[in-house]
Amino acid sequence: MQRIGVFVCHCGSNIAATVDVSKVAEMALMEPGVVHAEDYQYMCSEAGQAKIAEAIHEKNLTGIVVCSCSPRMHETTFRNAAERAGLNPYMVEIANIREHCSWIHKDVEEATKKAVILMRAAVAKVNLNTPLKPGESRVTKRALVIGGGIAGIQTALDIADAGYEVDIVEKTPSIGGRMSQLDKTFPTLDCSACILTPKMVEASAHEKINIYTYSEVENVSGFVGDFTVDIRKKARHVDMDKCTGCGVCQEKCPSKKAPSEFNRGLNTRSAIYTPFAQAIPNVPVIDCDNCLKFKTGKCGICAKVCQAGAIDYEQQDEIVTEKYGAIVVATGFDTIKLDKYDEYAYSQSPDVITSLELERVMNAAGPTHGHLERLSDGKAPKEIVFVQCVGSRCADDRGKPYCSKICCMYTAKHAMLIRDKYPDVNVTVFYIDVRTPGKNFDEFYRRAVEQYGVDYIKGQVGKVIPQPDGKLLVQASDLLDNKQILKEADMVVLATAIEPNPDVRKIATMLTASIDTNNFLTEAHAKLRPVESPTAGIFLSGVCQGPKDIPETVAQAGAAAVKAIGLLAKDKLLTNPCTAQADELLCNGCSTCKNVCPYGAITYEEKEVNDHGIREVRRVANVNNALCQGCGACTVACPSGAMDLQGFSNRQIIAEVDAICR
Amino acid sequence: MGSGKEKKQAEKIKEISGVNPLKCMKCGKCSATCPSFDEMDIKPHQFVSYVINEDIESLVKSQSLWKCLSCFACVERCPRDVKPGKLIDAARQIVIREKGMDYLKADEIPELLDPELPQQLLVSAFRRYRR
Repeated sequence: MQRIGVFVCHCGSNIAATVDVSKVAEMALMEPGVVHAEDYQYMCSEAGQAKIAEAIHEKNLTGIVVCSCSPRMHETTFRNAAERAGLNPYMVEIANIREHCSWIHKDVEEATKKAVILMRAAVAKVNLNTPLKPGESRVTKRALVIGGGIAGIQTALDIADAGYEVDIVEKTPSIGGRMSQLDKTFPTLDCSACILTPKMVEASAHEKINIYTYSEVENVSGFVGDFTVDIRKKARHVDMDKCTGCGVCQEKCPSKKAPSEFNRGLNTRSAIYTPFAQAIPNVPVIDCDNCLKFKTGKCGICAKVCQAGAIDYEQQDEIVTEKYGAIVVATGFDTIKLDKYDEYAYSQSPDVITSLELERVMNAAGPTHGHLERLSDGKAPKEIVFVQCVGSRCADDRGKPYCSKICCMYTAKHAMLIRDKYPDVNVTVFYIDVRTPGKNFDEFYRRAVEQYGVDYIKGQVGKVIPQPDGKLLVQASDLLDNKQILKEADMVVLATAIEPNPDVRKIATMLTASIDTNNFLTEAHAKLRPVESPTAGIFLSGVCQGPKDIPETVAQAGAAAVKAIGLLAKDKLLTNPCTAQADELLCNGCSTCKNVCPYGAITYEEKEVNDHGIREVRRVANVNNALCQGCGACTVACPSGAMDLQGFSNRQIIAEVDAICR
Repeated sequence: MGSGKEKKQAEKIKEISGVNPLKCMKCGKCSATCPSFDEMDIKPHQFVSYVINEDIESLVKSQSLWKCLSCFACVERCPRDVKPGKLIDAARQIVIREKGMDYLKADEIPELLDPELPQQLLVSAFRRYRR
């Protein structure tokens, strides 16, 4: 028989305001096996933990039930406290009377009743608990970073500088990401390329960093410390070792009609291309969909002009399999599609552009070589209108419910840069709210208004109407003057909402990392573990976790790196002892468990068993405890009840249900 | 906040329209897109706060009720699912229902005839409002 102690937490007033905690403690004493029960204001505090230790010593407790918050919050805290007092940590169970009870109920009597029932279930389980001992698993001292933008680059550099090997997998032909497309950066207005390209070079030259560009993660297996990842290196059709990056192939390529991804489709590129001049690696790829050689079989000019003989039309995709201890997701973002926002005439007029497109227009390497001009007729604009919150803060299905966070600042930047370079151009910004928290951020926005004379009008734009003469008629609100404004503009720039890169869904599924309704990756804890995924060994860097600007991204990238380093620095990890075990006497060798196991942890073997004196060789299931994650799929699938999960045995779960139904 | 009667009317407007005016973020896109804006004394975006503040007396007296074209541009474009056009329509219905005189007799129609007026309007009005 167990000797169980029950500890009921008030959680300040979080629990105690809705649940009669002393009643729960009192009722606990009537449960079988319970020899001690008490309630306390903050069980997780040092004093609370001391109470648990004291009771373990004084009452010789063999099991503990803590009635408190979710086990996700403090199970580890209480298990550690019990272990320090000499108890096996797996003899501790949590009854969640906060999230599952006090926070969701109002009626004290009902809530108390439920809290008692939850306590009872936990006591029933502890009565059947047995001490468990975690195993050990190894840590592969190598990290994978998915995504080669500023987030991925910074994370990789920080991990590599700590002395660990890092691989970056980047989908496009070059690292650099969104930041490489930006012209200037706020709030200091330094040129994006000037601060990014040195980092790109540093990453590619770093002896600990290996970069797979034009590659994608294809499959992930394993678990924290020991992931196995298949990486598909897409065929570049250019030999990376031979190519000198001279660029002659791109010059001579006769197929130059493909829209340039780097310039957001505002101009075209050749079929064999590097996305931009500072690309790393400076090795082009052949875009087979647009290459004449691949489409018609005729051409082959690039191969003829290549002095290095680097062109290889026969090259095939290659799968590389590598082991990693930690994986960092840094998949970044894109702007949303505007096809549901007809009122802004984005698809009707080339002079209505997104802010990211404006970055390319303002950039010296962009489609207009840095001249601010209308894309329709090349004329210099005199009136420019900026529209804020296009697709952000939307409650309907056209846009995103969140604030994209970066638009207020980049619009102030654009407005200021335009007024600085072209003082005769009038700039009007229609805004709902100006949100510029951040060091030197609000000062930056005020500078746009006060020094550069940018006209900020509070009110959203309702409609943009292209006129026959090529002008754009902007119909908008001025809420402070309670007027409707009709304004003729030459260009309209839409501060388009950002969304996580659509590929992240696929990657999150492979990693079993959770994702929210907006496709942002979820943190292990919104406040206290912001760069870790709830899935052990997976870390989050940059916008894949939520909208953020460059300074924040770099800071978070460093934080993700530190977490990854903390993992890689360990030689061994303790594994969860709550794994499945097969009772070979009950196993009928049907393979059902093996088929449902998502981790490939179950194998079958021919084994001699002693069934009540009868010795015979049977085909029985065998669980690899290093691979088993304790999901329990096999235990419910097993038709003969041979599979059981340690710490969550069928008997324990039935006992809990019985206690609840009593 | 309005009187007891206005409180009830505000609830009625919310019920008829199915709109939760608290979702409004005051962006003004409704007023930005309204073709009758200049004709209105209470502008579409103001409608929302009038309902929130239960100032229904002013709303039902407002010319805006009859200047709204029901073009639904604000309903289409409202990013917050507030749709002032629906509120205006609900306020209009409250007025019409309360008057109790919103019926049309067949013999009243001849004097309403107007060459500018589409006959279809009269036909549909008669269908809807005959006693």
